Amino acid sequence: MDFVQNFPCFSIVLSMFASIFSSALNGKHAKWLNTAVLIIISIMSGCLLFYLIGTGQSYVYMMGRFPAPWGNEIRAGILEALMALFFCVIMLLSLLGGESHIKAEVDPEKVNLYYIMINLLLSSLLALIYTNDLFTAYVFVEINTISACGLIMIRQTGRTIEAATRYMIMSLLGSGLLLMGLCMLYDMTGHLLMSNIKASIEVIVAEGTYTVPLLVTIGIICVALAIKSALYPFHSWLPDAYGYSTVSSAAILSSLVSKGYIFLLIKIFYRVIGFDIICNSKVINILFVFGLAGMIMGSLNAIRENDIRRMIAFSSVAQIGYIYMGFGLGTEFGILASVFHIISHAATKSLLFIAAIGLTDVSGKKRQFINLTGAGYRNKVAGFAFTIGSLSMVGIPMFSGFVSKLLFAQAAVQTHNKMLPTLIVLAVSTVLNAIYFMKTVIRIYTPIETEYPTIPFQKCKVYGITLICFIVLNVILGMCSQPIVDLIRSGLNMFA
Amino acid sequence: MGANLFTNYGEAVAMILFGIGFTNLLLQKNLIKKIIGLNIMDTAIYLFLAEKGYIQGRMAPIIVDGVQNVETYINPIPSGLVLTGIVVSVSVSALMLSLTIRLYQRYQTLDLDEISTKLKKEGL
Repeated sequence: MDFVQNFPCFSIVLSMFASIFSSALNGKHAKWLNTAVLIIISIMSGCLLFYLIGTGQSYVYMMGRFPAPWGNEIRAGILEALMALFFCVIMLLSLLGGESHIKAEVDPEKVNLYYIMINLLLSSLLALIYTNDLFTAYVFVEINTISACGLIMIRQTGRTIEAATRYMIMSLLGSGLLLMGLCMLYDMTGHLLMSNIKASIEVIVAEGTYTVPLLVTIGIICVALAIKSALYPFHSWLPDAYGYSTVSSAAILSSLVSKGYIFLLIKIFYRVIGFDIICNSKVINILFVFGLAGMIMGSLNAIRENDIRRMIAFSSVAQIGYIYMGFGLGTEFGILASVFHIISHAATKSLLFIAAIGLTDVSGKKRQFINLTGAGYRNKVAGFAFTIGSLSMVGIPMFSGFVSKLLFAQAAVQTHNKMLPTLIVLAVSTVLNAIYFMKTVIRIYTPIETEYPTIPFQKCKVYGITLICFIVLNVILGMCSQPIVDLIRSGLNMFA
Repeated sequence: MGANLFTNYGEAVAMILFGIGFTNLLLQKNLIKKIIGLNIMDTAIYLFLAEKGYIQGRMAPIIVDGVQNVETYINPIPSGLVLTGIVVSVSVSALMLSLTIRLYQRYQTLDLDEISTKLKKEGL
């Protein structure tokens, strides 16, 4: 066995230990520890990715000394390594961009608690990405929920505590359903490891027994993860949680936490139940309809919003709708488009959150649009970054959002009966996106005489450089999408 | 269908309890009642697992008198899952209760809708 194959296990354990050590450190040291851990894990994931591209096949890593049906396992393929690398980079950039706000908004004695939560969140995300065992996945889903709740309520205002409570209630409904679904799956198959469950399910389907329980289980698991990742009718907690928490938390929650659950759902589709069985069940049609509804309703709510942070939060609802619509198409290409959209949306949404906070800072911390007039001149880099993010969200060529929309459209054309609704809703949603994002861009570039101060680039170097990194990431995703799409395709092939 | 329901009455009860807990967590306005619903829901799942894990006439999975035949014992994993689940459920209940205490100290009410109204009045 090569040394590189240990890296998934190392990265999970490393981030967990970092969170334990952070409890004994002060805020500043905890921050440095967290940054170091993120960089190390990014490098390790990068090495793993290169190694896996070289060997061209995934591998299973035994946790403990017992082989397959009894022991616990980790599994790594190209897609897992790519996701781990990408999540670490986005998390690092989001933390750097919101650093000054963490200092200002979090009680100085509690800063290390914030980094404990971040490290726990990272380890649970990595475990969700790599695990090959469903019950382990459930446990880490709960850890993810708890640490995300901590991220929301670390800034102690009435709004955030209420938002955290609502978030917990919705998440717990989701986890309850997920646990029930997993227990039913265990009951039918007698296994907890993904590959063994898949083998038993193939037998069950071939024999034709347990048809109804299997359908119910698929439905329960899909609904559970849809609730947790805030698909349209379950999004009520989202605007408050993203709108009022500290900005790094909002960026991490919108771009990573919900995506972790969606990635788990993809794993369940491919590695637990089997993609053909999922496609033959009618459950994906329900996901499709709610995805389409989310795309429209999220955008409509965003248009009505008068608060820039809440507007971006509602835009997340629409983008989650895109991802579920991709699942609902029921083709390999649809899933591919969804995975690419997970990446592109994560890169763009965190950019928008970080840029928006720069704009509100130069408008007297007020978030209403009327105060943001001309903010793009007062903080030039934030204004530029916000414009790039908006263009990407709307789907202008050269930026990442365009590529994902193109992939969705291509995927839709390949299906028989879902082409027309998908294309129509895609077009309508693009127009709606353009309405609210362009409205904001025009607003921030409307010249006006105000008393608010102008912040030059020299005053906010870290923030500015972070934004530039985000912009570069977006442009890379938009201009050189083909290698990434190829990577995702080979990763998905490894799943099956 | 009906006969199966009668034989597996334990599982049926677990499902009904799950439904009760789920709707309570979703629809109750009072936060404490929501948490009670959460606990009913989780406990129902443990009941389901315990029912499924037991096979009539078999023993606890502890080897006595050197009998190593698989047919003698029940599967120990569901019990392990229940234990893990209980740990998770305790921690989320504690978190929910602490959030409830925070909200009550600020707004002197346990009604989530009323808290939202008060928040809007604050206009933060």
